[in-house]
Amino acid sequence: MADVIEVGAARGDAPPPAANAARRAASAGRTRRATPYLFLAPYLVLFGVFGLLPIILGLWLSVHQWDFQLPNRPFVGFDNYKQLFSSDSAVYGDWWQSIRATAIFTVLSVPLLVVVPLGLALLLNRSFPGRTFFRAIYFAPYVLGVAVIGLLWRFLLDANLGLVNRLLGAVGLPSDTPWVTNMPWAWISLVGVTVWWTSGFNAVIYLAGLQDISPELYEAARMDGANAWQRFRNVTLPGLRPVLLFVITTTVLASANMFGQSFLITQGTPGTETRTVVWFIVEEGLRNNNAGRAAAMSIVFALLLAVVSIANFRLFRYKED
Amino acid sequence: MTTPTPTTDGSAPGLRRVGLYATLVALALIFLVPLVWMVITSLKTYTAAQQIPPSWLPNPLAGYGYEQILNNSANPVLRWFLNSMLAATLHSALVLVTASMAAYSLARLKFRGRGVTFALIVGTLFIPPTSLIIPNFLIVDQLNWIDTLTVVVVPGAASAFGVFFLRQFFLSLPNELEEAATLDGANQWQIFYKVVLPLSRPALATLAVLSFLTNWNDFLWPIFVLFSPEQLTLPPGLGLLQGSYVTDYPVIMAGAVLASLPVLILFVLAQRHIIQGVSRSGLKG
Repeated sequence: MADVIEVGAARGDAPPPAANAARRAASAGRTRRATPYLFLAPYLVLFGVFGLLPIILGLWLSVHQWDFQLPNRPFVGFDNYKQLFSSDSAVYGDWWQSIRATAIFTVLSVPLLVVVPLGLALLLNRSFPGRTFFRAIYFAPYVLGVAVIGLLWRFLLDANLGLVNRLLGAVGLPSDTPWVTNMPWAWISLVGVTVWWTSGFNAVIYLAGLQDISPELYEAARMDGANAWQRFRNVTLPGLRPVLLFVITTTVLASANMFGQSFLITQGTPGTETRTVVWFIVEEGLRNNNAGRAAAMSIVFALLLAVVSIANFRLFRYKED
Repeated sequence: MTTPTPTTDGSAPGLRRVGLYATLVALALIFLVPLVWMVITSLKTYTAAQQIPPSWLPNPLAGYGYEQILNNSANPVLRWFLNSMLAATLHSALVLVTASMAAYSLARLKFRGRGVTFALIVGTLFIPPTSLIIPNFLIVDQLNWIDTLTVVVVPGAASAFGVFFLRQFFLSLPNELEEAATLDGANQWQIFYKVVLPLSRPALATLAVLSFLTNWNDFLWPIFVLFSPEQLTLPPGLGLLQGSYVTDYPVIMAGAVLASLPVLILFVLAQRHIIQGVSRSGLKG
């Protein structure tokens, strides 16, 4: 307490009256132990109710037959899980169809979402007037929500009135492609729209990584006579490795969680071929009232994604060591 | 973002520069033309929008699409706009208050259980939020929040991102300022409010803008927890609009323009914050 006054005085501040300081210090001592918890409390309430509780509730739901409209919600053990893996259950076909759709979309979209933004970032990493302006334009579609993107592209890809077919027709290409209703066009559309929508996001992440690579490394490589490709291969790529790992992992997760694009653009068509896992889970749980089974699906899906993420991590972390 | 790092030899500036700008402009057109087309179509009449081939300029220039969405009791778009504005603003404020307090505690205060608490919060970053939708629906149903504004404001604020993001920033602040304030007799609340928060303005602005954008654009959650036409936010509202106007594209595009304008304006004004927030989220990986 004395220290407080002395230091305060030494710093040239007006020292508070001793009694006042003593009272303040004592009250600070009383609250000090509780203070960290009080700071945490508001967030922890939210986190507990909407972050932790749903995990526990999800596990609990998954072993019950839970229908919003029925009073009895009996314990059914692992039945909800078994149904997902036994080919004679009613849900089996639709469930694996949705897994298949999600896998197709992920496998087709991730390579493009990793490579195209890298190209954009390399282009933007040069120094030229207007660089910030072009970066903003490439990023702009990302700030729009999937609802806007979905409506816009449903229109642009409309077989008769859409701009895409009109422009193709104008340069002498077929102008009647059924972009959103037939295969393989539906997948091409969904992947293309997603690349258009989110490339700017990954490009900005790459750009930050590129700027962390020391210019001396490029200088040294140039001294050694390395050409542009060799400099990319031996300086840029190794320097980007942590960022690349981050981009690949988050992009795989984002693509695997795709919902809005197929819900709004292809609307699941043809048939239910473009209905993804997330869509099927919410449909089963919230439209068809099978919350228990949908919870089991959520857990299987989350575990599947965890396995894929860990595999990614191993693959890209140790590959070049 | 700092000064760019030149990666080319810098030779042959003339022809090379032309090639560079041609590429940049061609790419810019790919990103921009769809957005421009959305605006052009929103200003056409129904007949003009049905024309093949379509005209590049809205002729006649028509307010038809906007009149439809602004005077339509089945699709109260203006109401959705206000709901979205209110929800995103409240959500952003809630995230700022709760995340900054929690992050301060986790970054600058010492207490029993700190490590475990932080590990638990960060751990949930690895759980896909989509896998928690079903149980979260049950929880908001029990709270009687279904079909209210609260249901799109509060649950999303449990996200660990804000706490994680601000904690990193608070950890980077120098200790000396806090020590000096402590010696001057300031308590933790005063240090937080008068020292740490003012120093963290850039990080707080970034988090505020990102939270606003996320909430404004959210689609999957609101389409299942909001039902009444007058309670919807814009994203589920736009879905409804598409359902009722099908190929009446000027109306649908007018709705899309209305939903895009605030975030595009926000992007122009806060571009630096958004881009820095995104690039920093990548560097943590």
